[in-house]
Amino acid sequence: MYNPESAFILGAVAYDPKVVTIWDGFREFFLKNGLDFDYVLYHNYERQVCAHFKGEIHAAWNSPLAWLMSERIAEKLGKKAHAVAMRDSDQNLHSIFVVKAKSGIKSVADLKGKRIAFGAKDSPQATIIPQGFLNEQGLASTDYNPHYYDVLVGKHGDHIGGERDAARALRQGEVDATAMISGNHLLFTQEGILHDTEILVNTPDYDHCNFTVLDHWLHPETDRFVSLLLAMRYDDAAVKHLLDLEGLRKWLPGRTSHYKPLADALRGHAVTDGFIDAVTNAVR
Amino acid sequence: MPSQTQSGNTIDAGNLSFVEGGYLLVKSALAKVGLRERLNVHFSAQYFAEHLESYCRAHHIAFTRIDAETCQVSKEIPLPEEIVAGTDAADPAQEANPAWGIAARGAAVERGVSGYFFPLNRKDIVWTDKAARYYRLAAARQWNPGDLDWQTPVKNPDAVEDAVVQVMTYLIENETAALIIPSRFIGQIHPHYREVTQFLAIQAADEARHIEVFSRRAALKRSHLGSSALSGQSSLKTLIQETDFSLSALLLSVLGEGTFLTLLIYLSRYAPDGLTRKICRYAARDESRHVAFALAHLIQHKGDPDTQAKYRNAIRQRYESLAGFSELNEDVYAALHLVLSGSLETEALRVGYARMSRMVAEMHRSRTARLVQLGFSAAEAADLSALHTKNFM
Repeated sequence: MYNPESAFILGAVAYDPKVVTIWDGFREFFLKNGLDFDYVLYHNYERQVCAHFKGEIHAAWNSPLAWLMSERIAEKLGKKAHAVAMRDSDQNLHSIFVVKAKSGIKSVADLKGKRIAFGAKDSPQATIIPQGFLNEQGLASTDYNPHYYDVLVGKHGDHIGGERDAARALRQGEVDATAMISGNHLLFTQEGILHDTEILVNTPDYDHCNFTVLDHWLHPETDRFVSLLLAMRYDDAAVKHLLDLEGLRKWLPGRTSHYKPLADALRGHAVTDGFIDAVTNAVR
Repeated sequence: MPSQTQSGNTIDAGNLSFVEGGYLLVKSALAKVGLRERLNVHFSAQYFAEHLESYCRAHHIAFTRIDAETCQVSKEIPLPEEIVAGTDAADPAQEANPAWGIAARGAAVERGVSGYFFPLNRKDIVWTDKAARYYRLAAARQWNPGDLDWQTPVKNPDAVEDAVVQVMTYLIENETAALIIPSRFIGQIHPHYREVTQFLAIQAADEARHIEVFSRRAALKRSHLGSSALSGQSSLKTLIQETDFSLSALLLSVLGEGTFLTLLIYLSRYAPDGLTRKICRYAARDESRHVAFALAHLIQHKGDPDTQAKYRNAIRQRYESLAGFSELNEDVYAALHLVLSGSLETEALRVGYARMSRMVAEMHRSRTARLVQLGFSAAEAADLSALHTKNFM
């Protein structure tokens, strides 16, 4: 049972061994600043969302998909989820579709009947948002032939491997187009994977991860947790390398205004709906 | 062509793509502009803007697209102040800061380096101003064992050849101790004092080469080595166990290798065959550098009464711990006598004995002179020299 005297416990998903280094380091920072902080690692976001609603953790470092799941479960329960903080690097991202140069594919409509590579099935940036975007542009999921490059399903695309495999498939001619987060275009170009390709189109901007709290499991030190996060400075040697590992320079207050592209894409997404119902029923 | 316009904060990457070098132009231009100062980047290559935007996101640089061929970027978040590893690359600090890690002297070190531990981290403990000069000298005077003439037949009488093999066995053992000791200190000295570690590394390499040539010489005509004596190994163990850098320099290099230098000089003069004489001459040349370097290090503390007392105690303590072994091992003594004689002929042995006596007297004289250089009176230096191990090293 939740004990208000206990430590502030954060949940995070172990998508990479560096996650332990990051949270051990941040834990030290919080302890040094007087916040009794601990963390729990989960194998996948679904397990974490479930644990959050069971009151096992006070905050969750959530993928955008895990955030939307949490928001909707809370809503069904008559409760409220809040996104209290995020990385500077989580804001204003977009995904792209890349095609072979001189492939004749000039617009989204030209993708009809084509083979399109996506990342992991649960990756917002490499699968769900790009598919939602195609749908919005008039291309239903039955209008093309999706190829999934599933690496570490349950990690919501945190691992880059799926997108890389999808990009390689384009180069090898196994698919006609591939989706990826725009930042990976530079990386894959440097890796030589995107030789002789073109960017076809950008999706609208969206936000990525956030720290999620639930108002019915709120720890009394939540505000302090957030204010300590926001107080971390990149020029503080004690946390700089942790911020580097986590890919940010500054924590920002959370915002929920840029999850619409993902929320739209999830409309009618049976797997997600099923999960949301299951957790809601389990904790109701 | 990429250029920097007169406004100072504008670069033009032309049609260079971002991955082909555009990122370098941006990086180097950003290094010159201050925090929150804007840098205009002009370009015409495909996807330059997209890649620059991703780069800026990864490096937390503010990015604004101005038009199809212009972006504006600026550093918005200060970096932690770096620590400079010593103020001057040419002048080592009095004490090396653990936060410098193993950075080059004078480098700007990113904060957060930890986990390195070098117990010998003070200039007064390890440094000598002559370190760089001795290192360069040592590097310039390396020689190749392969260049020695191993082909010309050695025609010593059997008993003399056996004695040469015994002497080589003894030399290899001593040089092994002389290899282990500097090697161990290399890992303990803070790399900020790099010239010292560089010199010690060459010293260790010298000893490795000596071990090679003495081993090859021993194996030239015999399939077995000579004996290794308890007294010799006990004496060398006291050197290996010495953990104080200065005392090690005193006991191993000044007194031990100093004595060995005389031994090698005598062997280079009187050994029965040209090859043995030559390898001993080469080895003596190296050993003389080791002695000179250690002396240069120790002379810095000349005249300090505490240091004198420390040296005196160390010499006496070593003498006491070896009191059970009052003479050079008999096999080694006899072999040296025969090697310095060249044959078992009566007259040759008498000459060899005289050389041996002169050599031991010369060893004592040299040790005494070096102890005087370290600030001891002539009388005390002679007394301390007399306490030196009979094993020579």
